Amino acid sequence: MAAHSVPSTLKRLLFAVKYSPLQSRCCAVQREAQYSTISIPSEKTFDKILIANRGEIACRVIKTCKKMGIQTVAVHSDVDSSAVHVKMADEAVCVGSAPTSKSYLNMDAIMDAIRVTGAQAVHPGYGFLSENKEFAKRLAAEGVAFIGPDTHAIQAMGDKIESKLIAKAAKVNTIPGFDGVVKTAEEAVKIAQEIGYPVMIKASAGGGGKGMRIAWNDEETREGFRFSSQEAASSFGDDRLLIEKYIDNPRHIEIQVLADKHGNALWLNERECSIQRRNQKVVEEAPSTFLDPVTRRAMGEQAVQLAKAVQYSSAGTVEFLVDSKKNFYFLEMNTRLQVEHPITECITGLDLVEQMIRVAKGYQLQHTQDDIPINGWAIECRVYAEDPYKSFGLPSIGRLSQYQEPLDLDKVRVDSGIQEGSDISIYYDPMISKLITYGATRAEALGRMEDALDNYVIRGVTHNIPLLREIITHPRFVSGHISTNFLPEVYPDGFKGHQLEADAKRELLASAAVLYIAAELRSAKQFVLFRVASTPVECSHWELCVELGEERQDVEISKSGTVEMDGAKVEVWGALNLASPLLPLTINGTQRMLQCLSRDAAGVIVLQYLGTLFKVRVLSKLAAELNSYMPEKVSEDTSSILRSPMPGTVVAVSVKPGDTVAEGQEICVIEAMKMQNSLTAVKQAKVTGDEKLPFNRKKPLAAPGSGRGGAICHDWLGVSSKQDNDTLWKRAKD
Amino acid sequence: MAAISVARSSCGLINGLKVSLRSVTRVKYGAVSATVPQTSLHRSCRWYSVSHLSVKERIDQKRQAALQGGGQQRIEAQHKRGKLTARERVQLLLDPESFVETDMFVEHRCADFGMEQDRNKFPGDSVVTGRGRINGRLVYVFSQDFTVFGGSLSGAHAQKICKIMDQAMTVGAPVIGLNDSGGARIQEGVESLAGYADIFLRNVMASGVIPQISLIMGPCAGGAVYSPALTDFTFMVKDTSYLFITGPDVVKSVTNEDVTQEELGGAKTHTTVSGVAHRAFENDIEALLNLREFFNFLPLSNQDPAVTFALIELITNPLLFCLISHSFFSDRLVPSLDNIVPLESTKAYDMLDIIHAIVDERDFFEIMPNYAKNIVVGFARMNGRTVGIVGNQPKVASGCLDINSSVKGARFVRFCDAFNIPIITFVDVPGFLPGTAQEYGGIIRHGAKLLFAFAEATVPKITIITRKAYGGAYDVMSSKHLRGDVNYAWPTAEVAVMGAKGAVQIIFRGKENQAEAEAEYVEKFANPFPAAVRGFVDDIIEPATTRKKICQDLEVLASKKQVNPWKKHANIPL
Repeated sequence: MAAHSVPSTLKRLLFAVKYSPLQSRCCAVQREAQYSTISIPSEKTFDKILIANRGEIACRVIKTCKKMGIQTVAVHSDVDSSAVHVKMADEAVCVGSAPTSKSYLNMDAIMDAIRVTGAQAVHPGYGFLSENKEFAKRLAAEGVAFIGPDTHAIQAMGDKIESKLIAKAAKVNTIPGFDGVVKTAEEAVKIAQEIGYPVMIKASAGGGGKGMRIAWNDEETREGFRFSSQEAASSFGDDRLLIEKYIDNPRHIEIQVLADKHGNALWLNERECSIQRRNQKVVEEAPSTFLDPVTRRAMGEQAVQLAKAVQYSSAGTVEFLVDSKKNFYFLEMNTRLQVEHPITECITGLDLVEQMIRVAKGYQLQHTQDDIPINGWAIECRVYAEDPYKSFGLPSIGRLSQYQEPLDLDKVRVDSGIQEGSDISIYYDPMISKLITYGATRAEALGRMEDALDNYVIRGVTHNIPLLREIITHPRFVSGHISTNFLPEVYPDGFKGHQLEADAKRELLASAAVLYIAAELRSAKQFVLFRVASTPVECSHWELCVELGEERQDVEISKSGTVEMDGAKVEVWGALNLASPLLPLTINGTQRMLQCLSRDAAGVIVLQYLGTLFKVRVLSKLAAELNSYMPEKVSEDTSSILRSPMPGTVVAVSVKPGDTVAEGQEICVIEAMKMQNSLTAVKQAKVTGDEKLPFNRKKPLAAPGSGRGGAICHDWLGVSSKQDNDTLWKRAKD
Repeated sequence: MAAISVARSSCGLINGLKVSLRSVTRVKYGAVSATVPQTSLHRSCRWYSVSHLSVKERIDQKRQAALQGGGQQRIEAQHKRGKLTARERVQLLLDPESFVETDMFVEHRCADFGMEQDRNKFPGDSVVTGRGRINGRLVYVFSQDFTVFGGSLSGAHAQKICKIMDQAMTVGAPVIGLNDSGGARIQEGVESLAGYADIFLRNVMASGVIPQISLIMGPCAGGAVYSPALTDFTFMVKDTSYLFITGPDVVKSVTNEDVTQEELGGAKTHTTVSGVAHRAFENDIEALLNLREFFNFLPLSNQDPAVTFALIELITNPLLFCLISHSFFSDRLVPSLDNIVPLESTKAYDMLDIIHAIVDERDFFEIMPNYAKNIVVGFARMNGRTVGIVGNQPKVASGCLDINSSVKGARFVRFCDAFNIPIITFVDVPGFLPGTAQEYGGIIRHGAKLLFAFAEATVPKITIITRKAYGGAYDVMSSKHLRGDVNYAWPTAEVAVMGAKGAVQIIFRGKENQAEAEAEYVEKFANPFPAAVRGFVDDIIEPATTRKKICQDLEVLASKKQVNPWKKHANIPL
């Protein structure tokens, strides 16, 4: 069956004109999932499923439930009461206030919701309670099915130390490391020295890359120990740590497994998730460019061995690190549906959620290993509400004032749990959506991803599309020569946005100039007949001056859409609709989708071009000449203010008034989206602030409705001496 | 009474000139013109009477001289201050080559203090006047020239301004004044005062007939400030423009207050504290370009309907740039509005989010964005047609009405009514702001202004109650009872005399179970039904459909005709 449901055979909406401006892009296009849409009607599973999660994954699960004719129950916190997953579900129950510990992790309330609604099964999604054995136990005690593996598998694999022992026993390759509980920093250092640097430190109970820190020396080991143990305690209530050998230049490749309760297990090929920042995945693809069939089979078979060793049932993922010689080491097993599962669905045609539900009901797998294909190539980009210019992405918050997914493009899947008007708050993960494209070949999938990113309209929050677009078009990525160090290696000084070459710059300036002329012409066109006749100046030729940063460029535009500058000609064709955020243009014969973010009377136009935002100023020649008389205005001096790079909660303050802080000394620790970050002074200064801090600890710093990240930590710390008092946020080393 | 006020204003005028003199001594011409000895009177003679130039040559020479204003040196000084010259400003404001100048040859007529000397005569005097086009639409403009006697107002200067104002009235086209003047020309004495009064009178006569806009681009002090104050909109340029009755020196000598020009009458003061100016811009160029944009929203006169833009799309192709009209997505749904109003009625949200989402192209020209922020007013377009938008701002002081916000709202509503601009009102108002400061300040008569303005307005009025509409403020905010044409409520609307807590304390005073009573009240009144069953709102609509509904209603209301009873004029509680 799977073979017949490959994505390319799905019926898709086709638009007569791809970039037709007349077609309202405001109405939601019916989205189609890129996985099997057929379910077996005779197979009775559950009548009602409760989804103990929020956001995109809750929506994803609800979609499959609808397909299978299962009633759905959403749970939500009070701030999520009008969220998309709540609207999609048949029933919804509020389980507490905004902080996750009071709502989505509140087992008592969720158990109540199950009783009240009479749900027969619970899908936990990922994160939250998905790998919580306590929750699984409580469900079992009430006779409610947990759509996931059995308690003992969760327990065995959830513990990093135990899972390695089991893996070893199951003849799975493992990394040399220390399997034990670490109590003090000194003990951590000793262990690290025994293993040999570099080592990796993380919370035993933590999933994914969260809280994972790499230490290259004793000092960093101590720091890593301190952060990891704090985070372990605050996020998981379990302060055990794991220290192991860190493999340099590794690739992160994982195998999706699917097992039933009858001892059958399959491997559904790999996903390459090497593009990471701070050990969190950003871009994933399936299959991997790196694996040959032999390695793939070896990895798959080891993954299945491990699954069988723990009597695993349901969908799970075995993560491996692969070195440059294709040696692979077991990293961990995630006993849940992964964030990046859609790319596996795209290339195999399976609906993993459907399979999980079937398995939970006790059905046998429908497929054998030979049924599992690799059809084409799928890429996933995680679109986050974060500022990629700060450490490849620091969370930002805000309200999505405009939001359009590129769903009218072919072979694009967007898994999201938000819509226009949704709030990205500090309480939850800042992920906006998962953007998935696929095609027969990798090049095709990448080309589509480029288009999709260009067509994706997100306004109101800072997002990481500039970074995503740079990654997927970078020659190193295109050639497949990647590792988990890709980002720091490619952008050693941090991400700076797309660097324009001469041709591209001309195209950008020409587009801005054409947009300016469009607005000018429109202003001179009124419908109503006036008593006093309107006589606009008929113009067939314009002389403008376009500024980009420090650069100024004289530009001439003719009615034919030819823009001349610097002795070069740029032909800009297209239909410009000033009411649309998208500007489909054909520039010198190449189709380009630009976006206009803002356009003001003073000629400042902000364009998104090749993924990156550029602020261009277009002035008439006269205005540009006169502009030279305008004084430069100096912006306010903010160097005595310590600015938090993102909204979050202050969890620790490390200085007292009267202290002298040295360069690099930690001033306070901010927790945001479960990451702890220390704010440090860059230069020496004296703390002069009041002892009473103007905010309560554990209270969010962000003012409600503040458009962007960057809540101000005020200058209560008064890191102020007269001269050098710059303070800068520095990311805690991890 | 009149004498007193004249004396007072003349005092102001003189002070104004003091300011200008102080600032012009750096370029050394004010002093020269004022201290020329009387004896030189006989020696001086007109240069063109001794030179033997033909009339044509003299015309050319005069024109050249007029274009030079106060001379190259003073033009450079003007540039050094970060300011453009009067002519550069006009050029930038108007469409290229559309400016038609009048009175280029007018010279001042003062014969005292050596002013009659040729070197003290400048063709055109200290103002440039004429007409032109902004995006093809007719406008009359005067631009005061600071390079000539510090832009001071002479009899001739005033006469030039009056001439174009008169013509603007006869044809029905707006007047834009670019103010950059040190004040009255002291040498001319009462003639310049008369000049001011002539302008004031015309400002008053033109009020409500043609839109009048003032852009303050330099000093404007003393009596001169009343002309901008009488016009419909006053814009300022940051750091280079000042508006005050008396300058810092006089303030110091009279009240012993130390205050800088910027603090006393700079753009920041007037756009945030006094509410004298409607908006401020970074520099001359930004101000003029924004003025062009702003002009697009206005009709030419009270005889014209609200401006409607063609909704166009620009197609560029190898053959031609062409414009095709198409829909502005008037039936566009705005899903983001469905969850914009928070569930807790005490939680704030930004009314600007609603406005931006509803109007065409998210283009909203806000008036007084930094003054009385608890009310938002400004211009936008719906399906291409200019509309005035009034909205309570829950983000600031819960959106309550107070003295400043009432006055701000009232003036805006009256402008829209005078110039046929439909008014769309978004209501989320918990009531009038209580307290001694407000009562002593006269909230009763100031609040009445907003009520008055909405009630007398005969333009199409569409009202959307997004959340709270409590008490008298509900009546005031363009309610059905004040002849609102279409009044909608969102499902989150609560129309009641007051919030649940206060109401329960009065109705059920002494009753034990307050919480239960409160719940009963909320059930009964904290929803749109009480208003809807009485027909006080026409419909309860899904927020996402708001734009669509408004566009349809405006289409229908375009032919609305409503006349107030005959009167000489109404007596608004000033």
